[in-house]
Amino acid sequence: MSFFETRHLTKHFGGLTAVNDLSFQVEKGEIYGLIGPNGSGKTTVFNLITGYHPVSAGEILFRGAPINGLPTWKICKLGVGRTFQVVKPLRRMSVLENVMTSAFNRTGKKSEAMDKAMEVLEFCELLKKKDYPAKGLTIGDRKRLEIGRALATGPELLLLDETMAGLTPQEQTAGAELIRKIRDSGITIIIVEHIMHVIMNICDRLLCINYGQDIARGTPVEVANDHAVIEAYLGKE
Amino acid sequence: MKLPRWSTLIVIVLLLAFPMVVPSDYYRHIFIIALMWVVIGSAWNLLAGYTGQVSFGHAIFFGSGAYTAGLCASKLGISAWWGMLLGGPVALLVGLVIGWICFRLRGPYFALATIAIGEIFRLVATDWRSLTEGMEGILIIQTFRSKIPYYYLALFLAGASVYAIHRIMQSKWGYYFVAIREDQDAAEAMGISAFRYKSLSLMVSSFFTGLAGTLYMNYMAFIDPHVVFSLHDVSIMAILVAIIGGVGTLWGPPAGAFIMVLLQETFRSAFFGLFPPWVSESHVLVFGLLVIFVIRYMANGIVGDWPKIQRLWTRKNPMLPANDGN
Repeated sequence: MSFFETRHLTKHFGGLTAVNDLSFQVEKGEIYGLIGPNGSGKTTVFNLITGYHPVSAGEILFRGAPINGLPTWKICKLGVGRTFQVVKPLRRMSVLENVMTSAFNRTGKKSEAMDKAMEVLEFCELLKKKDYPAKGLTIGDRKRLEIGRALATGPELLLLDETMAGLTPQEQTAGAELIRKIRDSGITIIIVEHIMHVIMNICDRLLCINYGQDIARGTPVEVANDHAVIEAYLGKE
Repeated sequence: MKLPRWSTLIVIVLLLAFPMVVPSDYYRHIFIIALMWVVIGSAWNLLAGYTGQVSFGHAIFFGSGAYTAGLCASKLGISAWWGMLLGGPVALLVGLVIGWICFRLRGPYFALATIAIGEIFRLVATDWRSLTEGMEGILIIQTFRSKIPYYYLALFLAGASVYAIHRIMQSKWGYYFVAIREDQDAAEAMGISAFRYKSLSLMVSSFFTGLAGTLYMNYMAFIDPHVVFSLHDVSIMAILVAIIGGVGTLWGPPAGAFIMVLLQETFRSAFFGLFPPWVSESHVLVFGLLVIFVIRYMANGIVGDWPKIQRLWTRKNPMLPANDGN
């Protein structure tokens, strides 16, 4: 039994098949990369896993139990956290309040939520900005806040959706460092990313999809040299 | 905005002393009505200001509370005061059902649904004569001839509702309510059942609004469907009270309640008889102008934009954006 797996996952939007018979397994403690050209269905996969879209066919199993069909908040309670590609800060709350709200996922006590939030902010290096209103953050810090908020819900599996897009090279390096730190703390990660040097550096295994179908899988080096992957990104010779 | 502790204390002491110091029943009456609106405005603010679910139907809960008390007297033959015990829970149950139906809708669609349900309640109360006496209304005999017991009851309800909402907003529920207001999709990803917490917010809100309705029945001793289920005199008034005072602030609705009730009374009495009677017809027009002014220059209400107002005195340009991080 895998820690997390999808079986024949399929999603139709009307006549468009966004995800087509996709099966993959993620083992506990790994960083699993999901790559593919624009519009290949990566974010749709995340939206299926977290219950934002109902699946058309197939199954999603987390720790051996099916989670497709559950509402989003229940999937979060079970231990699946996620970030959004288009960040969704709670704008009129402070950074600390944003993270505290997430921390209430595992406790009803305000003091415990506060402690957990402070711990997460320290971990994400946002502690200095804890009293900033969330809408006043730079894009780099908003992405950190997005990760912090997902972490504070106490996940075992974390889905990161393009957390590096739009960051400077220095911020990307720091971000990669943060993601490794999260894995080292015992959280399994599935990451969608376009920035290849980040993906190549931090992922244990990769799955490349195009038009919602898997076209290659394996170690980063294997996938990067795969003929189908090169074709998908660069076109046929 | 946080009021300093001592100023809260002063307000409490002044309100406690008011009916002893001011012997006029007329002013006591105005304050009782204002305190009732503190309850309704604060309750509306919990749902709309903090949870982001704008209701145009709070008359539903006000009327449900008022009719619960009224029917205790007219149908069960027991004191309308039993309504105080029953009215809140009845309104809460009505809120539960309405939330179950309407919280499938978001934003403006939810608001429209509350208008529709509000009108349904008004029409049913008008036409179901065997139960409600229709437009003849329900008349009871006031328990007290003095206004003082009603005043302290209204003050207690106002204090209890503001304090309860303050405590709620400091707890997990409060954080969840604001998260739903800010971004419902993000809230769901944070483990928050938007449906459940919107319903909880609506239930607390309808409970307090229903209590205000039972107070109205007992104090005014007469209700009919067009008074207590009124779209503009109750549902819209609740919105005005909160907007003028400050949506999403604890002290906004209480401030708005006193401003609106005093203003309404000033116009109704044509500036206490100083102006010809036709002036009394113009209060709706003035409310409209006031709302336009507040939305244009003080979008966060009088309490929410208090720092901006203070700058009028300190002679800095009040039209410059506040440098308070917002």
